[in-house]
Amino acid sequence: MKPASSTENPFAGDQSGIHRREAAARRVLRTGSYLVVLITAAILLHIFVKGAPVVFQPEWPFVNTKFLTELPATLHVIEDKQGHHIETDVSGADVIKKQLGGNFASEKTISHSGGGILGPIVGTALLVIVSVSVALILGVSCAIYLSEYAKKGKFLETVRLAILNLAGVPSVVFGLFGLGAFVLTAPKFVDVPAERSVLAIPLGFTTLSFEGWDTCVLSGGFTLAFVILPVIITASEQCLQAVPQGFRETSMALGATRWQTIRYSVLPFATPGILTSSILGISRAAGETAPIMFTAALAFKDKLPWQKDLLPLPADASIFAHWEQSVSRFLGIFTESVQALPYHIYTLAAKIPQNEYAERAQYGSVFVFLVLVASLAAVSVWLRIHLRKKYQW
Amino acid sequence: MAAATPASVAEDPLIKVERLNYAYGDHQVLFDVDLNMRSEDVTALIGPSGCGKSTLLRAINRINDLVDSARVVSGRITVDGVDLYAPEVDVVRLRRNVGMVFQKYNPFPRSIFENAVYGLRVAGIKNRHDLEEAAERSLKAAALWDEVKDRLHETATSLSGGQQQRLCIARAIALQPRILLMDEPCAALDPVATVRIEELIFQLRGQYTFVIVTHNMEQAKRIADRTAFFCKGRLVEVDDTMTLFNRPRDPLTESYVTGRLT
Repeated sequence: MKPASSTENPFAGDQSGIHRREAAARRVLRTGSYLVVLITAAILLHIFVKGAPVVFQPEWPFVNTKFLTELPATLHVIEDKQGHHIETDVSGADVIKKQLGGNFASEKTISHSGGGILGPIVGTALLVIVSVSVALILGVSCAIYLSEYAKKGKFLETVRLAILNLAGVPSVVFGLFGLGAFVLTAPKFVDVPAERSVLAIPLGFTTLSFEGWDTCVLSGGFTLAFVILPVIITASEQCLQAVPQGFRETSMALGATRWQTIRYSVLPFATPGILTSSILGISRAAGETAPIMFTAALAFKDKLPWQKDLLPLPADASIFAHWEQSVSRFLGIFTESVQALPYHIYTLAAKIPQNEYAERAQYGSVFVFLVLVASLAAVSVWLRIHLRKKYQW
Repeated sequence: MAAATPASVAEDPLIKVERLNYAYGDHQVLFDVDLNMRSEDVTALIGPSGCGKSTLLRAINRINDLVDSARVVSGRITVDGVDLYAPEVDVVRLRRNVGMVFQKYNPFPRSIFENAVYGLRVAGIKNRHDLEEAAERSLKAAALWDEVKDRLHETATSLSGGQQQRLCIARAIALQPRILLMDEPCAALDPVATVRIEELIFQLRGQYTFVIVTHNMEQAKRIADRTAFFCKGRLVEVDDTMTLFNRPRDPLTESYVTGRLT
């Protein structure tokens, strides 16, 4: 043993290779992490800088209500002799042209870039409601079966593999599947089957005809449901697995059946997590374009889904007739095709000639879209914290 | 192997384990176990970890059925002469009559009241008055009533560990089972809480037939009428507790109870 000298620190570092490699590895990894943050910030900042001025305005009410409450329309831009650009809609254009008496330099029309984006917002909301309802019912049932009933073995492995594969399917494939399955062949009750019906089963008072639901909210919602199903199943199963096994054993030891155990002692404690993950599913469903292109979305529609021309009821119509009409108007919402935010953005960016007006509409839509998705994520975080507090173990 | 003590001759045992072989998949954990447990006795199952004592306990109310690979290879367990693994046995009915308290106290994250009446609720009892009565009766029996009567609707997880475990006992006896199985009921508790649970078991003896798995030999000495010693899946020795600890017949038992078997 060397005697410890007072000047020489036995633990002092040197500049050998392992230290340099250590420092280099740390630098590379740190740079990578910073880059990710930087890119995210750049995207958000870009959208905010370009999009916020479209949605917000300097004077009261500070929000561009027109953009949020009107349907998309064609934008007319009239340039007068002094070089002023006047933005207006179709009817406004006629008025202004009359005022100017033909005394203007040019008139441009830019489709889809005028008005607001209420149509796409409503459409996306409806698609999300349908898809998440369907996906939750199917997905949670599947997750409960896999987690609580199925025995470990070949079958479980196969189902897991199928779910993984489903998650890997490109979304445009889902779109095509939705077109074939829901738009063209899904069963519905009709009085007279359409000519294209694949199979018609007469039921006496009506006919069950496999003729498809057409492009509508229902078709798109079901298609989107399959897109988010793997997310919902996987997340729900994880949440169920996170409930302590002791709850199940205790419940069964107290004479509960398996279903009672699930109902009272597993599901309530897994629900916060399931809800959280389903909200992330909402973001996913809201953002998909390909699955709804063939199944639900229109590039342009000048009506909201509930603005349908129904025959006016006679003055002496019974309450029942009014009620029936309200119900059919409500159900009709789901059999209408709609505009949707992602598809609207696609249309604005790829289907019309680009200019400053189109760009403004694009960034406005993207900004609103981002805010909606971000608030959903915020709700999910809040829900998780809040519900987690309620059920602690 | 079980010694025929005078009492077990006089009275037919309530629980009979007959040449039981039990396995998880291909891994056998109990070998030819023969064990009789008398009605209203406290029977302690002791032995080193992995000796199969918990498996035997969990086989008596068939809670081990939840483990996919668990199975009875041969032999049987009878309660009052009824084979528990006969096809016509309804496990729900069985478990209402054979209560269980687990090692880790695990009340549901619900109110104290809801925990106490869980078994009754799932049994379909809806009458509020009946439920309240049963909750009071079982909480009193578990010596918890005085501590919680003013906060029945607070969440059970706000109780101390010992109180939570007594709530678990209350929850089990609310169904008025004949048999109460306890899987190391004090393993997660501090000494003071442990004493209270032991006192409770002492108060309740005679009303229920207790089967208790424990790692604590002092505890077995304090509370058990009879003690069974297991090692490597086999029942080595069973006898009156004092006899087993003071005059063990098997050298293996002796080395375990004197702390030399590791």
